Amino acid sequence: MSPALVLGFVFIIVPFALAIVLSFTDQRLVPNPNLPTRLVGTLNYVRLFTDPNFLQAFWNTFLFALLVVPFQTSIALALAVLINSRLPARNVFRGIFFLPTVITMVVVCVVWFSMFKIDGFFNTVLGLVSLGLIERVDWLRNPYTALPSIVLLSAWQGLGFQMVVYLAGLQSINEELYDAARVDGATRWQEFWRVTMPGLRNTHVFVIITTTILAFKLFTQVSILTQGGPQGATNTVVHYLYEVGFRRGRVGFAAATAVVFFLIVLIISLIQRRMIKSEEEIT
Amino acid sequence: MNSRSDIIGRVVIGLVMTLIVLGPLALMFATSLKSNPQQILVDLGGFRAFWVSPADVSPDNYHTVLTDQQAPFLRFMFNSILIVFSIVVLGVFANSLAAFALSRLRFGGRALMLGVIVALMIIPIEALVVPLLLMVNRVGQLDTYQAQIIPFIAHPLSIFLFYQFFTKLPKDLDEAAYLDGATPFQIYRKVVLPLSLPVIATVAILQGLEFWNAYLWPLMITRGPEVRPVSLALAQFFTTPPPQWGPQMAFSVMMSLPVLVAYLAFQRWFIQSVVGSAVKG
Repeated sequence: MSPALVLGFVFIIVPFALAIVLSFTDQRLVPNPNLPTRLVGTLNYVRLFTDPNFLQAFWNTFLFALLVVPFQTSIALALAVLINSRLPARNVFRGIFFLPTVITMVVVCVVWFSMFKIDGFFNTVLGLVSLGLIERVDWLRNPYTALPSIVLLSAWQGLGFQMVVYLAGLQSINEELYDAARVDGATRWQEFWRVTMPGLRNTHVFVIITTTILAFKLFTQVSILTQGGPQGATNTVVHYLYEVGFRRGRVGFAAATAVVFFLIVLIISLIQRRMIKSEEEIT
Repeated sequence: MNSRSDIIGRVVIGLVMTLIVLGPLALMFATSLKSNPQQILVDLGGFRAFWVSPADVSPDNYHTVLTDQQAPFLRFMFNSILIVFSIVVLGVFANSLAAFALSRLRFGGRALMLGVIVALMIIPIEALVVPLLLMVNRVGQLDTYQAQIIPFIAHPLSIFLFYQFFTKLPKDLDEAAYLDGATPFQIYRKVVLPLSLPVIATVAILQGLEFWNAYLWPLMITRGPEVRPVSLALAQFFTTPPPQWGPQMAFSVMMSLPVLVAYLAFQRWFIQSVVGSAVKG
């Protein structure tokens, strides 16, 4: 038996099965000797879906994905197209745009916080641009701007990943298709929509799905910058799971949250599997 | 199609994006070198945040971070390097061995096992941390290195990437070795592994970056500074008032440098590993 399969069994399959089992119990992190763990049926799930905090966390996570995925993906695609065109020093640009991907998220949070704070760079620029008409915004402590601020810094950090994947996708498009389009007198805009975009179909699916899953895992930024606040405006599913499972030690309830979280990721992955077409089907 | 003005336009867009990408990093470096906290606060509110005049360059913040007894930076760094290095080395070995068995050996349930591994790639660590915490707590291994290493050695994506690579290697090579009386393990070690450098690099970089970034799990299981990784240490430094921008940025620079240097030296490998992870399924 190979060690990886044993380890995978003990540390992936067992905890996964345990999460499902525990989700039907009232297991606590520190067991109370007087109150043995009991089966509670679907009570955890009922409580989860009737807890306004969870529903808010779920909505925020969804909203975050809805904001960050199109934003980040379209910039990444634009940069990939830019680098794939005739551009001097394109490898240098590629190297620079990919760089934030290797910066740890905690560092990204510290640095961006210094720009978002009330007397930070962004407010100064805002004041200059609006000639002092717009008042300073406490970006990360305002319920309306906190989540979009996290979108910005997350996109800054993650861009390079999608860009590089798009670049590989662009380079795999058959050059002859462009030649044919040019012979037919297509404008560059038409070329992009009729040749490039269809040629990137599978790349789009991969990039959008992986970014969506990554967005649903949002935790580090929230934990460091806002602790889920203000007024729960940046609470996310994983942050909720951490709060109930770890901070409050309600393992059974957190396990139910974990199962629901897994189901979300599973559904997104299944959509990807259905949407990826084999190369023959495309052309 | 590619007139001069087109190319100039592209370069301008490229340079603007470069400013956006490098700006926050310039801010980090510049602030880390300024010694006067009042000046830092003033500078952070304007364009001087991205710049330090050579006359003001000072190593004070680095000195502060490196001599802080409560938060031993070098210890945190050592912890992170030890943890990531162990996961990567043991992971490359264990996952490639499993992939080798799946791609080369005939045994019952092989196809099923492969299917299970592909399915496991979907399970996010976030869904496993609570039961894992319970398990680690039961065996009294909270606040240890092993609790941060052993659960993450087996990595379904890595097994899958190795498997894909191995099935593309020509089988003639190992058949020749079989005829010479080599055991499967010898073939793995002497024939397959030496040919697998590209996939080893891919897997090592992907798994390495993933666990260098680990945050949620160490947050749950480390108590004191003894085994705490550096990213979590920075998070705690950052969230403990009062804000100390200079030392925090120096801390950030120092913890980013090893990865930045590795990236600049092996840029091609880093980018290939990301592309490699995408061409799957």
